[in-house]
Formats: sequence, structure tokens, C-alpha cells
Amino acid sequence: MPTTERPAAPAQPAVQLTLRLNGREATFAVEPDVTLLDLLRERAGLTGSKKGCDRGQCGACTVLVNGRRTLSCLALALAHAGDAITTIEGLAAGSELHPVQAAFVEHDAFQCGFCTPGQILSAVGAIAEGHARTGDEIREAMSGNLCRCGAYPNIVAAIAAVQRAR
Amino acid sequence: MRAFEYVVAASSAAARTLAREVDGARFYAGGTTLVDLMKADVERPRRVIDISRLPLAAIEQRGDVVRIGALARNSDVAYDARIVLHFPAVSEALLSGASGQIRNAATIGGNLLQRTRCSYFRETRWRCNKREPGSGCDALDGFNRGHAVLGTSDSCIASYPGDLAVALCALSARVVVEGNDGERTIALDDLYVLPGEHPERETTLGPGELITAVELRAERLHERSHYLKIRDRASFEFALVSVACAVELDGKNIAQARLALGGVGTVPWRAREAEAALTGAPPGEAAFRRAAETALTGARTRAHNAYKVELAQRAIVRALRSVCGTGA
Ligand SMILES: Cc1cc2nc3c(=O)[nH]c(=O)nc-3n(C[C@H](O)[C@H](O)[C@H](O)COP(=O)(O)OP(=O)(O)OC[C@H]3O[C@@H](n4cnc5c(N)ncnc54)[C@H](O)[C@@H]3O)c2cc1C
Ligand code: SF4
Ligand code: FES
Ligand code: FES
Repeated sequence: MPTTERPAAPAQPAVQLTLRLNGREATFAVEPDVTLLDLLRERAGLTGSKKGCDRGQCGACTVLVNGRRTLSCLALALAHAGDAITTIEGLAAGSELHPVQAAFVEHDAFQCGFCTPGQILSAVGAIAEGHARTGDEIREAMSGNLCRCGAYPNIVAAIAAVQRAR
Repeated sequence: MRAFEYVVAASSAAARTLAREVDGARFYAGGTTLVDLMKADVERPRRVIDISRLPLAAIEQRGDVVRIGALARNSDVAYDARIVLHFPAVSEALLSGASGQIRNAATIGGNLLQRTRCSYFRETRWRCNKREPGSGCDALDGFNRGHAVLGTSDSCIASYPGDLAVALCALSARVVVEGNDGERTIALDDLYVLPGEHPERETTLGPGELITAVELRAERLHERSHYLKIRDRASFEFALVSVACAVELDGKNIAQARLALGGVGTVPWRAREAEAALTGAPPGEAAFRRAAETALTGARTRAHNAYKVELAQRAIVRALRSVCGTGA
């Protein structure tokens, strides 16, 4: 069905965008329609953040923005000028895995691994929020991250283990 | 996504001016509704005005009025101690919505203005009067299991999808609008309009008008409030039916009651006649069931959504039981 046509807006040239990517300042030339996810994957070469649905429904694109977990596929990159973005590539301290990463390995919390970067960043965010203490709370807090392989029980176990060790 | 112009607003007044300058401008708050629908080609703004950094995110209490800035994030409001204490239904409604990641981005103003999840609206190959006025409605005789049974018209049966607005509706919240003729404060009820013959018009906001805050009154009635959401899966899903309620008991009877429904109405649905039916009655199954039946009296169902009538009634009874403390 045809829908009401609006004259297209004049394509806007790329503008300079500076943000902190995994602790380092980075500048890109970005058009308005570039999402934060596409910026990370296609401009910054950080392909750890996954494009599962691109519509907010799977959590595979989860990153930390100023320490808070959020979906990079529903955010315009230009709206994040100056923000500190943490992706899976920036989570480990050098060669030392982040405790949530180590727990995912320890508890076999993934199979194909596609959802895993998003799961791990979501877990880091959820732990920081302070409402992921019991098994039920963890399941609720992690409900925005889908896993086609069904690794859920081990994901919950991994997060619970990190919480116990804190 | 189609090409658009992106501008950052330096003030709320600048945002309104930028919005009025072009036909088809949209504000960007958290972006979680807007970007989703731009990808679907349902929203085609020529200009996107970023309001996300305007200083409208505070939650403040003055006397018995709690004012929530329109740019406060859903997660911050849900866990705010004043909201949890004075308006538990609001906190519960927010926490039942979307996911942790989305709640961190989503704002209060954007949440109120989220668009329906009607799948015929969300995909451009279908006919939809809301998306394209006058084109018809493929939901009427389509798969309408999720659609509304109250407040519908022959033009549109889309349900209002949000949770927060239902809780705010029950608690008689007010919405502060920075309008083109100055500031006005309206009842939440008066923000939304029934679809009638013009489902493309969803609110009473004029072009470029900005929601700046939501106000709630801290009072005993609102402290005893609850939000119950029924859905196809336990979490990260929209409501099939939801109930927001509040009661004040005096000794043995219900002195005052508030009831609003989600998932069943084309707008957040305040059930005033059901509230009246509860007033003065002893809390118990008889009164709850009577209120539930009253609330759904005007329901008009389609091929796949008749179940919502009984489901909503049971949900009302269950929510009232739990808020009155007469069992879960
Ligand atoms: C997968 C998924 C699941 C979801 N599940 C739920 C759920 O279960 N329950 C629920 O309630 N919601 C749910 N949502 C919807 C979500 O809550 C909304 O997308 C969000 O609250 C919108 O807020 P925002 O700040 O991101 O809005 P934006 O996308 O920035 O804005 C939405 C609209 O409001 C306008 N706008 C924004 N702020 C203002 C303002 N201050 N004044 C005037 N206009 C303004 C914008 O121009 C735009 O048209 C879900 C969303 C997704 C993607
Ligand atoms: S129910 Fe409303 S939103 Fe859905 S297709 Fe019909 S007109 Fe469009
Ligand atoms: S890719 Fe962002 S939620 Fe699926
Ligand atoms: S490990 Fe395969 S999708 Fe989760």
C-alpha cells in the first residue's frame, strides 16, 4: 500500500562526532541516520556489539553508555556526543577478563556466542543497578536479552556466581 | 531510514520553534519509539530535534505535589524513593514495561507518547487509518487478538500500549505542557483523544508543543495502589490487559477507589463508574466482581479479542484483592 509521501529532507552532510569509546576519545564524521550500533560496528570496527533484530527486541546490541546499559540499535549516534561508551571490546582490564566475562566462561553460559556480548554488558549493567540479587531478580533483570541457543540457566548461574563473589 | 535533518535544541523554547518551522518534525528524547518507527518507515520526520539534554529530568517534591520532569528516565523514576513510597502503582507500571536497557533510555514524556503496537500500523504494506488517514483499517477483519475493546471506532481499534500512563491515569496525574500559548497543566485524561473518525490524532498537543513534566499528588489513597499486568510471557512484553488501582479504606468499607485499565482501551482507560460502584462497599469478592463487570460494560469485541473482557474482569478482581489485602 502506498503511504503519504513527504518530500525527502535534504540529505545532511556528515558532522563531526566525538565520544569516549572504551576509554579513548574518538572522532568520526557521522550522518544523522547512523545509529550508535552502526557507528560501533561499521565506523569504529568494533563488531563485538551484535545486530540481532535492529529494533530493540533482542538485546544483542547492548552497550554501556556512561556506565548504564542501553540498546545501541535504537539510539542515534549523534545524540551521544561526549558520552562514554563501553563495548565488549573494552570490558577486560588488559588481558584480565572482567568478572562477568570470567563467570560466563566458567559456567559455560553460551553456545553460539551471538547474544553473549549483549548478555555480558547487560549483566554488568544490571549488577551495577543493584536489583539482580536472587535468581528471580536476575531472570527479570535479564529479560531484555534473548538467547536463541537457550543458554539461560547457565547465564543466570554465571551472574549469581559473580554476585556471590562480590 | 529516510534522510532527515538532526538538530540539538538549546532550550525548550528553541525546541518548539525548531519544531514549528518544518512540517513533520519530531522530538528525540530517548529515541526508543521514534528510531524504531523510523526504521519501519512509519515515522518519516524531516527534522529530528534532540531534546534529550534539556534540563527537564529532575524529580522534585513541593508540599504534597511530586513533579517528574519529562526527560527523567523510566528506570530513575521507577526506583525513586518518593515514587515507590507515595505511588507504588507508578513504580510497578514502569518496572513492568520493556526491558532494563530500554528503561534506562526511555523518558517519561516519550513513554506517554509511544505509539500503538498494532502490527498493521507498524508495517507499511497494510491499510491503516492512523498511519495513512482514510486508507482503511486492516485490523478490523484481520488478526486482532491484541486490539482494544473499549473506546474503539469503525476507523481504528488499536490499543494504547503503555503501562505508565495507565497508572498515572488511575492516580489522577496532571501533565504540564509548554504550549504555543504559554504553559498549561491538563489532566492526563485530557492528553489522549479517542480515535473516532481521526485515529491519526492521538493527543491534544498542538504542533511543536512540549510535555515538560508530570505531576502527582501524594495522598493516602495513592499510597495504597497497585499495577497488575497480564501478558503472553512473564517479562519484556506488552500488556494484553493491565489494571491500575488505588483504594482508601475507612474501617470496614472502601472510602475511595481509583481504577484504570490498559491493553483494552484505545486510550488509557479510567473506569469511573466502577470506582463509584466500589465506594462505600465492603472490600470483598462481591464488590470486586460488580466493579469488574461495570468497568467492561461498554466493551465491543472483534473476532479474536473477546477473551479480553473476561480476562480484564478477572484481573480487576485480582488487583483489588491484592490492594485491599483480601488475598492475592
Ligand atoms: C522492544 C520494546 C518493548 C517495549 N515494551 C514496553 C512495555 O512493555 N510497556 C511500555 O509501556 N512500553 C514499552 N515499550 C515502549 C517504550 O517504553 C517507549 O519506547 C519509551 O518509553 C519511549 O520513550 P522515549 O523517551 O524513548 O521516546 P522517543 O522515542 O524519544 O519519543 C517518542 C515520541 O514522543 C515524542 N516526545 C518525546 N518526548 C516528548 C516531550 N517531552 N514532549 C513532546 N513530545 C515528546 C517524540 O517526538 C516521539 O514522537 C517498549 C519498546 C520497545 C522497543
Ligand atoms: S487498528 Fe488503528 S492502528 Fe491498527 S490498522 Fe486499524 S487504523 Fe491502523
Ligand atoms: S539489535 Fe538492538 S535489541 Fe536487537
Ligand atoms: S549463545 Fe547462541 S544465541 Fe545465546
